[in-house]
Parts: sequence; C-alpha cells; structure tokens
Amino acid sequence: MDDRLVIRGIEFNSRLWVGTGKYKDFEQTAKAIEASGADVVTVAVRRVNITDRNSPNLLDYIDPKRYKILPNTAGCYTVEDALRYARLAREAGVSDLIKLEVIGDEKTLFPDVIGLLRATEILAKEGFIVFPYTNDDPIMAKRLEDAGAAAVMPLGAPIGSGLGIRNPYNIKIILEFAKVPVIVDAGVGTASDATIAMELGCDAVLINTAIAGAKDPIAMAEAMKHATIAGRLAYKAGRIAKKLYATASSPYDGMLT
Amino acid sequence: MTIRLNGSGHETKAETIGGLLNELGIPPDRVAVEQNSKIVKRVDVETTTISEGDVIEIVNFVGGG
Repeated sequence: MDDRLVIRGIEFNSRLWVGTGKYKDFEQTAKAIEASGADVVTVAVRRVNITDRNSPNLLDYIDPKRYKILPNTAGCYTVEDALRYARLAREAGVSDLIKLEVIGDEKTLFPDVIGLLRATEILAKEGFIVFPYTNDDPIMAKRLEDAGAAAVMPLGAPIGSGLGIRNPYNIKIILEFAKVPVIVDAGVGTASDATIAMELGCDAVLINTAIAGAKDPIAMAEAMKHATIAGRLAYKAGRIAKKLYATASSPYDGMLT
Repeated sequence: MTIRLNGSGHETKAETIGGLLNELGIPPDRVAVEQNSKIVKRVDVETTTISEGDVIEIVNFVGGG
C-alpha cells in the first residue's frame, strides 16, 4: 500500500523531515540525515564566508539531487526580512519551497502570527510553496491555509526545547480543521514525541535539535526514523479506545472448576 | 573600487557581479546575490555592473532547522 505524502504534486518518501543545524560538522550532518531516512532537509540562508573562501559548503555534503532542500527564514522578526530571505533562497536556485518563520520573540521563538499570515499571503501569490511555522492554534492554521499555505507547521513546543507535544488536543483540532497537510515542527525531544505526533494523525514531523543535540546524533536519527514510521502505522491501524477498567485478554471458557 | 560586501568594505577590480564572484572564487550556482537591496537574477549575474559604493550581499545555505 502506497502511503506516500504528496504536497502540491511533490512526492515525499519519508514523513520524517530533518534540520541541518547544530551538528558538530558537515560529515556528522550527512551521516545523521542518511540514518534518518529523511528526504526533506531544512537549511538557513546566511552570508557567504568571504574571509575563509575554502570553508566547506553544506551542499557538498547534502546533495540537492538526492534531498529536497527546504530553506527557512529563521532569524527573521519582520515580514520584510522574511520576504527578503525567502526571495534570496529561491534565487539560490534549489526550489520554490520555503519554511516560513516570522519570529515574535527572542526568548520563546514563538511565531508572530500576524506577520506570518501577511508573509504567507504574499509569498503564495509569488508562487512559493509556503510551509509556515505557526502556533498550535487551529484558527490560525485555518487562516494560513486560506492565505495559500501548502501545509501548516504547528509547533509541538518551543524550538529546541525538547518538551514534546505540549497540546496534543489542539494539534488534533488543527488536523480536523485543516485541508492541507499538518507537519509538527519544533519541540520534539525524543523518539516517543515523534510517535505521538504521528499517532495524532500528523502528516509528517520536522526534527532538528532532538537529533543534532543527542549524545549520539546518528543513533537518534535512526530512532526518529523508526518512531515516525511506528506512529504513522499505529495511526493508520486505529488504536483501541481507552477504558477505565480491565477487559481480560484470555477466555474464561475452559478454566478449571 | 570600494564596495560594501557582506557588511564590510571590500576592494575589487571586478566590473560585474559575475566578475566579483569569479574574483572571490565563489561558484555562482549555489549563491544568491543582492545589490543595493535588490536581488540580482541568476540570468543577469554576468551582465549586471558594479559601481563604487554598491552594497552587495552574497548568501548561501548553511545548517539550520
């Protein structure tokens, strides 16, 4: 059975998407991504190092022919900045995909959803395939969808916090409301968090810090791969209802009297 | 001439954006260039001329989440 995620005609071979930040070096980045089985990798847009021109390039390690590169607008606090970074990312020539971040506050890195909505509208009109990083707010998710987002990416918890899916009920409501795919972005701390996101019915999960910051990032990448697959399979299989009291698994028939 | 390149003063003999990238040893296929806050389209890189005092930004992809 083909259970592949398709967004705007693009086929995705994995429901685990991974970031490339915070690794020790590019070699470790490449190995972890390989172990994760992901085919979407996020990247940031920054100034080229002019003083050390021999410094290695990320794309020498992450082949854009093999992976779908999803540039982000991380670090942008205004609509104007987010648009600038998104347009530069597109001109750098890899794709029209953009993981749109308009950040509202340095300490929490929570999104400024008002700016996010405006930027989503503008970039969608310019032909970008927009993946907005948003709050776990079902109404906002709907508004972003209406503004032309290709998918919505609600946070599970603050970026890099590892707190897991803090409001699974809101994520569930977002899933009920949304017609576009829902991808949990941010907050995953360990494998079970990724499984929970997928068991809720999310279409994919995006992880960076939980892998890159683990003691053994390559082993954690593999754990996340299995966790994502397990969660998706469990969701598709349909879990049993929760009950307060026991129901025996073994029959009473045939017991000794 | 002197331009402002990625936030610092920079001396260049290049006359075009393409020439500047060549002078810096930067392959043009993995970067994006902004000249005085306007994006230089990839197809225009070779023909876009540089003037004294231009503010030029050259960006590429780095690790991020």
